[in-house]
Amino acid sequence: MNIVYTDNNATTKVAPEVVEEMMPYFADLYGNPSSMHSFGGNVGKKLQEARERVADLINASPVEIVFTSCGTESDNAAIMAALELNPEKKHIITSVVEHPAVKNLCSYLEKKGYELTCVPVDREGRLDTELLYDTIEKKADQIAIISLMWANNETGVIFPVEKIAKKAAEKGILFHTDAVQAIGKIPVDVQSSPVDMLSLSGHKIHAPKGIAALYVKKGIKFAPFLKGGHQEKGRRGGTENTASIIGLGKASELAKKHLNEMDTRIRGLRDYLETGLLAKIPASSVNGERNNRLPNTLSIGFDAVEGESILLLMDQTGICASSGSACTSGSLDPSHVLMAMKVPFESAHGTIRFSLSTYNTKEEMDHIIATMPPIIKRLRDMSPFWKK
Amino acid sequence: MWEYNEKVKDHFLNPRNVGEMKDANAIGETGSLSCGDALKLFLKINKTNRIVDASFMTFGCASAVASSSALTEIIKGMTLEDAEKLTNDDIADYLGGLPKEKMHCSVMGQDALRKAIRSYKGIEILAKPGNTVCECFGVTDLEIIETVKQNNLKSAEDVTFYVKAGGGCGKCVEKIEEIVESVLAEA
Repeated sequence: MNIVYTDNNATTKVAPEVVEEMMPYFADLYGNPSSMHSFGGNVGKKLQEARERVADLINASPVEIVFTSCGTESDNAAIMAALELNPEKKHIITSVVEHPAVKNLCSYLEKKGYELTCVPVDREGRLDTELLYDTIEKKADQIAIISLMWANNETGVIFPVEKIAKKAAEKGILFHTDAVQAIGKIPVDVQSSPVDMLSLSGHKIHAPKGIAALYVKKGIKFAPFLKGGHQEKGRRGGTENTASIIGLGKASELAKKHLNEMDTRIRGLRDYLETGLLAKIPASSVNGERNNRLPNTLSIGFDAVEGESILLLMDQTGICASSGSACTSGSLDPSHVLMAMKVPFESAHGTIRFSLSTYNTKEEMDHIIATMPPIIKRLRDMSPFWKK
Repeated sequence: MWEYNEKVKDHFLNPRNVGEMKDANAIGETGSLSCGDALKLFLKINKTNRIVDASFMTFGCASAVASSSALTEIIKGMTLEDAEKLTNDDIADYLGGLPKEKMHCSVMGQDALRKAIRSYKGIEILAKPGNTVCECFGVTDLEIIETVKQNNLKSAEDVTFYVKAGGGCGKCVEKIEEIVESVLAEA
């Protein structure tokens, strides 16, 4: 059975070019980049090249890139550094639709005594910037950090990071953005959107799992999350994951090259898939602001059916996607993102997320468009909530 | 990922007795859209109080569909007296076991069956007895106590797996723990 992989917001295929770039650094060029000998030192030089490539993707300086082990570590490192360096400030601003890496850390900190403002979103997933700016005005001197995602993993809705960054800078408040989903899908430029810290993750852009980075703007004070050796200029202890860092560097170079294709061909495929499904399946609806989304993401709800059942029937045909339903998340409620957007239960439980990459083809979209209607019909035929 | 055994998969992919029954003389409904699963059970009961036909309509995950399908197979031909004694464990056992966190699907089957029989006998189904503990899924203290006793549950997490209580906002988890502890203390 051919696999049609449309779950790229979950993880991506490691690009063959990335694998090729990494291979020598496992068994042959295994030196420690911190060593005095040139066998190790040469690996250090290759790491520098990777750092330049990652920096180039987001228009930063290489010295501003700190390599970490995953997006979650980057998010934790950013927020904890802000709290450690501003012990007198006890207020944190985030949103109701953040990834668990930020959401659950902030809930934990709230229990530890921090005051938390979770900015709500509307029915389209748009951030309530009025409430955000109002809180910034009123509590500027108490806010340790604002942490908001650049784009949402489930709906693809993009937050106005540029405006928020400028507003935060005016007030002298640290601003961190989880850009894990935005990177490689839309242009991310830390010069035009002057954020203080930014998280990105390798496995969302065709690098391996277990490698990520945190951008820390020059001049920002930083306290390491992993305290240890002098690596990463004292900003992250631990021997560098050399092969994976080199892989992330190559993947960043490729991601920059593919931005235009994302915006054109992949956006076209996503729209083609969306139009096809909406036309062929009655009582289906798109979640999230349609003209302000990542070009690769489609969150679509099918009324009166349940996500796990849909995914398992799709699995029978080789199509990989995700759902916003309770049964697949480990919780019993549908996704916190869809609930925060007040998507009705009727379609939230039956929401499927398709997320594309540059490896997807039109033939695959045609296969999905042909496969989905009978699956939804089959489940609706047995649903007590489906009104024919 | 699929974590269902072959029998559960089979009942999900090839469900038995699906669909509305026009000439049913007993119907039991349980669950809701907001809960994420619901079952409507149709029965045809003859004059000697035997279930001669059964069918279902289900909204929910694979194990909800499989549990409903299994339930209809089990009860066809059963007397009402025997059917009233059927438990969620019988349904799960028939399927060769369900993942722990999906046991509530078998509970849903038991609940729909009992409601159908009560409606046939003309017993009015009153509002759930007891006081609501879990607001998210509308579960009362008496239901939790009964489920804990019937299935020898040991923790609040077990209760969530069986009747969903505590699996939404989580505010009632402490209360559920207290109930479980009091039942265990009695035993």
